[in-house]
Amino acid sequence: MIHLENINKTYFGAQPLHVLKGINLDIEAGEFVSIMGASGSGKSTLLNILGILDNYDSGIYELAGTRIWNLSERKAAEYRNHMIGFIFQSFNLINFKTAVENVELPLFYQGVSRKKRHQLALEYLEKLGLLDWAEHYPNELSGGQKQRVAIARALITNPKIILADEPTGALDSKTSVEVMELLKNLNKEEHITQVIVTHDPGVAQQTNRIIRIKDGVIE
Amino acid sequence: MELLNEIWQTVQRNKLRTGLTGFAVAWGIFMLIVLLGAGNGLINAQLLQTNRFLSNSMVAFGGWTSKPYQGMKEGRMIQLQQRDIATTDKEFKGTIDEVGAQYRVSPLVSHGSQYLYPQVMGVYPNHIRIDKVDMTQGRFINTIDIREKRKVLVISEKQAKELEAKLGDNINLGNFSFKIVGIYKEQENGQPYIFSSYTAIKGIFGTNSSDAGNIEFTFHGLDTENDNEAFEKKYRKRLNANHMVHPEDEGAIWLWNRHMQNMQMNKAIGIMRMALWIVGLFTLLSGIVGVSNIMLITVKERTHEFGIRKAIGAKPWAILKLIITESIIITTFFGYIGMVLGVATCEYMDATIGHTKVDAGLFKASMFINPTVGIDICIEATMVMIIAGTIAGLIPALKAAKTRPIEALRAD
Repeated sequence: MIHLENINKTYFGAQPLHVLKGINLDIEAGEFVSIMGASGSGKSTLLNILGILDNYDSGIYELAGTRIWNLSERKAAEYRNHMIGFIFQSFNLINFKTAVENVELPLFYQGVSRKKRHQLALEYLEKLGLLDWAEHYPNELSGGQKQRVAIARALITNPKIILADEPTGALDSKTSVEVMELLKNLNKEEHITQVIVTHDPGVAQQTNRIIRIKDGVIE
Repeated sequence: MELLNEIWQTVQRNKLRTGLTGFAVAWGIFMLIVLLGAGNGLINAQLLQTNRFLSNSMVAFGGWTSKPYQGMKEGRMIQLQQRDIATTDKEFKGTIDEVGAQYRVSPLVSHGSQYLYPQVMGVYPNHIRIDKVDMTQGRFINTIDIREKRKVLVISEKQAKELEAKLGDNINLGNFSFKIVGIYKEQENGQPYIFSSYTAIKGIFGTNSSDAGNIEFTFHGLDTENDNEAFEKKYRKRLNANHMVHPEDEGAIWLWNRHMQNMQMNKAIGIMRMALWIVGLFTLLSGIVGVSNIMLITVKERTHEFGIRKAIGAKPWAILKLIITESIIITTFFGYIGMVLGVATCEYMDATIGHTKVDAGLFKASMFINPTVGIDICIEATMVMIIAGTIAGLIPALKAAKTRPIEALRAD
């Protein structure tokens, strides 16, 4: 599903910062993987490259057989929309849209009709046990509920891969467990490929494979 | 429809900001229209004043010499003579068309027990064309009246009422009986004259004076200011010679050149129009600056949201469209409101001060006539605003569309 070969990334600031120093990584379809590392290890940069939010300087990145290299912003947006579902630490819901509208949004950018995407969004919310909260705004939801809305939003386009950046980072321990259970079940029952970036060993432990990254290389 | 819904949501979220932007836009359009309307009102009132006179006409008056000449001191009073009329008529055929003259007296005018002391002006038939006398009944003075020195009168409606006289009545001018052959509608301003034939008035009231009154004539072919000045100089020199006055003396004969006055007036009106437009456009500009300012803030504030949208698959064009459409809708909506309010205010001005007259005792004048702006100008101004609003929105929108999603997501 994911094939990384000698990926290098340098940030050119006042002092050039070589963040990723030749990453080689393969993730198969249906895997449930976590990437662990200290802050500054390059794990977020790696996730951004995986999510086509950032580009890399050299190497090969193939996502579901598609070479991801030097894409226009337009093309990148299209790939993100169709192939990747994002789950963020801070949820990143649009706060003037209701839960169901937030879930619908990726389909809006696919040009799916209003009725159809509303229907589908409600189905996903129901699956995540949030049907009663569909018309609520993010600020009326608890942290766990918000993250579940975000998960529904990530799933609705039926992506190849879910990328989660510290999905439990803003949640208390009880809800963290719930969210992790949810992600685990999604992998187990629906075989959704997931890559979770975390520094929490408890979270990493629940995944099937842990990739440790340190100073820009995989240990 | 989807897009409108999106915009409606953001507008709802930011009522104050949207309101302020809208106010800037509406105010710009409103001020432009009201300003132009008020300006048009003033200009129209001025034009009405000048339109009372035929522009290709001139009146010559006697004055006082201002230069000593041939042994005579300055300050000598000059009265136009019969031969000046003849000179005007015969020697300037290339330029001057019809020559007439005015002779003014103020006798007691009575009809039965009613009487008035108006100014009576003996004129030639061409006076009606030069001074635009608006006849309501009967006729004006004609050539037969002049030739036969007929004792006829043309009086104003108000005078007819005051004298309790009607068309065909005989009324007394001093000791002479004159017949009313015409009634005209008096102008708002100035004391109305009673018109009569020049020959009759001069023959009865001016026999013991060589004064021929004022000369009035129509002319053609003086298109530029230079032409006019050259003609005036030549004509003045010729009349000065009739009275043994220095050829360069500008005090002896006074010329009232309506054409020249008209040209100057048009120039002044042109300058005024331009000034109004400049002020108006600057007002409009402040509205445009308001829109672009708000759009900049909006885009900055929403950077994080755009980042989210991009991460989940919004293409740059989708973001651009969202911002631009919002900008267009806001400017169009509020521009329209400003336009409607501006037009309404112009109509209100028209209905109120448009009909009031300044009463200066001697005369009444409208300060404001039809203070409105053509609907085409209104629509054009609104279009300018919308286009400018779009451009104003375009710059921050392009910036937002170009921002990379990770940068946008990092923003707060």
